[in-house]
Amino acid sequence: MTVLLGAVAYDPKVVTIWDGFRALLGDRGLEFDYLLYSHYERQVEDLVAGRIDTAWNSPLAWIRSERLARANGARAVPLVMRDTDRDLTSVIVVRADSGFEKVSDLEGRTVGVGAVDSPQATLIPTSFLRAAGLVPGRSVTVRRFDVGVGLHGDHVGGERDAVRALLAGQVDAAAIIDTNHLTFGREGTIPAGSTRILAQTGPFDHCNLTVLGEPTAQLGHLRDLLLGMSYTDPAVRPLFDLEGLTMWQEGRASGYGLLTAAVAEAGFYDDAGAVTAPDYRP
Amino acid sequence: MTGDQVLDLRSLGFERGAHILVRAALERLRPGEELGVTGNDPALVVHLEAWCRQVGHRVRPALDADGGVRAWVVRGRADLDRWAGAERAGGPAPAEIVSAPALDWGLAARGALIERGGPDAPFDIAHRDLVWAEIAPALYANAASAQWNPETAVDWNAEFSLAPEVERAVVQVMTYLIENEQAALVVPARLLGRIHPHFREVLQLLAVQAADEARHMEVFTRRALLRGGELGTSSVSGRQSLATLLTEADFSLASFLLSVLGEGSFLNLLEFLDLHAPDPVTRQVTRLARRDEARHVAFGVAHLKHQGDLDPTLRVKLRAAVERRYQSLVDTAGLNQDVFDSLVILAAGHWTPDAVGRGYDKVLALQAAMDEGRQRRLVHLGFPADEAADLSALHTRNFM
Repeated sequence: MTVLLGAVAYDPKVVTIWDGFRALLGDRGLEFDYLLYSHYERQVEDLVAGRIDTAWNSPLAWIRSERLARANGARAVPLVMRDTDRDLTSVIVVRADSGFEKVSDLEGRTVGVGAVDSPQATLIPTSFLRAAGLVPGRSVTVRRFDVGVGLHGDHVGGERDAVRALLAGQVDAAAIIDTNHLTFGREGTIPAGSTRILAQTGPFDHCNLTVLGEPTAQLGHLRDLLLGMSYTDPAVRPLFDLEGLTMWQEGRASGYGLLTAAVAEAGFYDDAGAVTAPDYRP
Repeated sequence: MTGDQVLDLRSLGFERGAHILVRAALERLRPGEELGVTGNDPALVVHLEAWCRQVGHRVRPALDADGGVRAWVVRGRADLDRWAGAERAGGPAPAEIVSAPALDWGLAARGALIERGGPDAPFDIAHRDLVWAEIAPALYANAASAQWNPETAVDWNAEFSLAPEVERAVVQVMTYLIENEQAALVVPARLLGRIHPHFREVLQLLAVQAADEARHMEVFTRRALLRGGELGTSSVSGRQSLATLLTEADFSLASFLLSVLGEGSFLNLLEFLDLHAPDPVTRQVTRLARRDEARHVAFGVAHLKHQGDLDPTLRVKLRAAVERRYQSLVDTAGLNQDVFDSLVILAAGHWTPDAVGRGYDKVLALQAAMDEGRQRRLVHLGFPADEAADLSALHTRNFM
């Protein structure tokens, strides 16, 4: 039996990545194939329905998988994740010459965020604002930059637009993930010295490879092969570079607390995993 | 190890190159050891964490008691892993070439440290003995220093006046030379893209050779058009002869047919034109071209000598190549009659029966000299004298 993995085609490189892993895993004795989805919601539904064996899930897709699985009397398990999926943070950025000193200073102001379904640029930062006493729609205006809706923030476009709006004076602050802040600074999207970081969220985990229940022998084989891959291996390294990791690590469910709270506050999914966000159309 | 190493970035941030200093400091540590990082960029810790996560290091928060250190980097090993098993692509000096460079070295500089992996490059001429000659680096250096500017190396405004029939003869010979120089450009250019770049000096030499031919095409064309006339004729037989050069896929055999036999014969032809040139421009362009062609012949001979010393069967292959080419040209007319007659007119110098007769004799003497030159080079390559004579006689009557 072939192990069938679901992945979301947020970028053309996804084909290169999973083609590469398919060949590599095949060479190492595991029949493996992949199925591409245009958004995460159908992928999660297919995972829980048993149409695919495992899913490369965004953090939001992981939360929905957990809830849908539980509602079906099953249990979602994070099999593996990238080393780069652990302990990420997001930042609230303001213009350097603005007078904001702390998050609560943004009361009455406008904060640019990413797409409606972006964990790192919308859901977690919005929850972070709430924790500072800023209620979206009441004491702070949240302006969304909906690029790639359904891709759970994998598309960088929303964050880029939010930062551009900040630099153009259209919003007073922008929320982006720390790695994008670094990238935007290095590529010049954020000119050096033009912005400053007002606040940083707590750490959260990102993607994981999700399975249902205890892994079967084949899925255990998949896990072992992935965990055994080394950055020293010239066949592996180009795929790692493309997928952005230096090693696979055991999956862990402990890094999704901030997002779980944010999902509840935003009413994004209900406890049974149904999509309840009012203006979310992947 | 905590506390031993602290890097102060001062005001330098990650959007302006801080990673370069951090990486250099980490290279001095072993995996698991820690580097303290300090500096006054407000985004320092956020960016340090994001950068370290991407490249396989970890960051540990600093404590107030850490003496100004803003974060600790726990050195990872991804950078070491990337270069595990890396090898040098030979060495930069000609003496450090390897006989069979790996195809996945691709276009890397000779002597570079090669990260393992990557695609095989499409170079099918990839063994030292197929292309190398010890003289190649010196010939390249000589060739590079001997490049000349067609605009200034020739006195295009030199005054002269030729009888119309002599001018026509010059134009016809130039037309023939252009056609042959185009073949002499295309052949090395086609080989160039097939040779493993590890044999850099051979590529450089062939590139300059192609550039030489490009200049020859230019100066011969300019001389042909100098008096405003039309170009001469191109015969089927001439083009048939040159077409057989283009189909020879083997580097050594192509080099043999083009450089040793063809351009070797051309040395005699260009010397003949230098001697009998009716005007200073014709003399200058043929003299400049001859100097370049001598270098091409030298490399061809040296390469085949090198290869012949290693491969005793080479001479059999060379002989077969000449015979094959002879067979494919046996039913063709050979040298364009217009070219032959033009050479006679140039050697004659005057439009009288006596002069034409003398010119004819001189062209026959040219052909004998070409034959003798070919035989001499063949003997140098190890052919017995009688076999060299046989083979030289089979060479195309088109000269090239």
